[in-house]
Amino acid sequence: MSYETSAHDEPYLVVRDLRVSFPTAAGPVEAVRGLSYSVPLGRTLAIVGESGSGKSVSSLAVMGLHDPRRTRVGGSVTLGGQEIVGAPESALRRVRGARAAMIFQDPLSALHPYFTVGDQIAEAYRAHHRVGRGPARARAAELLDRVGIPRPRARLDEYPHQFSGGMRQRVMIAMALANDPKLLIADEPTTALDVTVQAQILDLIGDLQQEFGSAVVFITHDLGVVSEVADDVLVMYAGRAVEYGTADQVLARPLHPYAWGLLESIPALTGDPVPLRPIPGLPPRLTDLPGGCAFHPRCGQRERVLHGRCASEAPDLAPRSSEQGRLSRCHLSHPELIFVQEILPRLP
Amino acid sequence: MASAVAVVVATLLISFVLFFVAPRDPVGAVCGAKCPPERAAEIAASLHLDDPVPSQFGQYAWGIVAGRTITSGGTTVECAVPCLGYSYKLGQPVTALIADAAPVTFSIVLGAALVYLVVGVANGVVAARRRGSALDRLTVGGTLVLSSVPYFVVALVFALYVAGRVLPPSQYTSPLASPLGWASGLLAAWITLGLVNAAAYTRYSRASMIEALGEDFVRTARGKGISERRVVYRHALRAALGPVTTIFGIDLAAQLTGAIFTERIFGLPGLGTLTLNAFAQNDMPVIMGSVLVGAVLLVTLNLAVDLMYTVLDPRVRLG
Repeated sequence: MSYETSAHDEPYLVVRDLRVSFPTAAGPVEAVRGLSYSVPLGRTLAIVGESGSGKSVSSLAVMGLHDPRRTRVGGSVTLGGQEIVGAPESALRRVRGARAAMIFQDPLSALHPYFTVGDQIAEAYRAHHRVGRGPARARAAELLDRVGIPRPRARLDEYPHQFSGGMRQRVMIAMALANDPKLLIADEPTTALDVTVQAQILDLIGDLQQEFGSAVVFITHDLGVVSEVADDVLVMYAGRAVEYGTADQVLARPLHPYAWGLLESIPALTGDPVPLRPIPGLPPRLTDLPGGCAFHPRCGQRERVLHGRCASEAPDLAPRSSEQGRLSRCHLSHPELIFVQEILPRLP
Repeated sequence: MASAVAVVVATLLISFVLFFVAPRDPVGAVCGAKCPPERAAEIAASLHLDDPVPSQFGQYAWGIVAGRTITSGGTTVECAVPCLGYSYKLGQPVTALIADAAPVTFSIVLGAALVYLVVGVANGVVAARRRGSALDRLTVGGTLVLSSVPYFVVALVFALYVAGRVLPPSQYTSPLASPLGWASGLLAAWITLGLVNAAAYTRYSRASMIEALGEDFVRTARGKGISERRVVYRHALRAALGPVTTIFGIDLAAQLTGAIFTERIFGLPGLGTLTLNAFAQNDMPVIMGSVLVGAVLLVTLNLAVDLMYTVLDPRVRLG
């Protein structure tokens, strides 16, 4: 695995205090409220959270793909040292699809139904290379071949609806790889696919990362996927990071009660049937966030924290474990102990 | 395709039945109310009115595909393919009357279609891209006002105060004789019919474009780093044109067979004027002929829209 560093000797993607809000008649809706993370080349960060947690919105802001008239973005995002937030559209265009590319959730709706896949991939390549149709088409065929589509030359002239779901997602990946991006953002790329196909697509993304050494941000709500692909994990809740660490650490000993809830709501396929323990309640509405810790109304641990601090005081994202580099946003003083003694035995 | 032919044949039958349920007798239509009995008998014989009804229909239908000879008051008329009958009121074969009137209607409607498609789609795209802005609200408000006024009011205002003053007076000249005269004589009608329809087309294409701009594949296109113009015109507009094409096919057919207001108000001798006059004079052969031609136009345009769809959308294949 090549492990390059940028000119500034910092990770390739650095997100600092990212804020995304949508002004509405009822006041701004804050979808992302101060998110910071970084991803070096050659590593994969999984961002985990339920819908509305801000994971997709934050990634669109990283690409500058949000609607500028409907969205306020604050903070900083740098790609190889170049600032993205507030950059002019012309500068963003040179980044998009070239240094940073995105794979979307549903390849059927994310590919244009009226153009052949060859056209669409060649367009991505020609957007950043001054080449004619011939070489762009050759490049498209090469990419289809690379993502494991049989008879790539013949399939260039087919339309997306003529491909199966898994093959379509391969086309999407081929398109994202057209210009050898240094950052690849995959927004739930396997959610719309059959389980058997999911594993193939995850393997493919893993292989490609090994080959190209890019930084990968993998957005998912599926902890199974996290264990497959991720080096690091960021758990998001209500527009904020609530837990951060390496995938091994977070999956083995999560520190935040929300992450415990995610683990407990995975059904067991083997062993004795254990009742599922879904997280009670619903994710908060962004227009009406609870005071204190945003998770406290749904948290089974809030009685352990004295003086009702969970409801009155928002915890910081801070190191709360002896392990290096681990962060959690929770008032609990010994989360690891509680996890090992109480939560772990309940898990299937 | 088979159903298209069936519709035309059914219309042929229905328009023929019309001839028999019509209030006035065809003999009276030829020689008036005070027709001497022997003259009436002669006419009835020459028109084959004494033949059985299916046989009369057979003659009519055969005339369309093979032509026929029609005798009228001692004179014999050779009615060439496609023979749609003979107008005793106007003393001409129906086919010739329609052939004279059709280019007028086609000129009006196609010219106006060019106006409303260009103006409507361009406005719609601009409004959709600036959705919610003052310009967008002004556009939507303007189209509502324009389409709330009855069409004949707009047409009358244009015919009375614009044609002949600001624009050249309204008249029909064959484009073969004088292309410039053709265009200048029809300009007022084009702008009137065009602008009124442009209001509707602005709203269709605005709605369609707003939907298209929100599609995932438009976001994908933006994610490639291509120019915003390419995103809007190649990716979004292409998808937005589908619904507009469907409506256009239906509208075009309706206008070709029903441009009556425009033709009457601007004094242009098209199909609508021909049919309206025929109704006023109870000229049954002309009415039957124009109903049939109208049906053929409708069916043909619907087929054309279906074919257009297969070109526009590769997911659609003719079944």
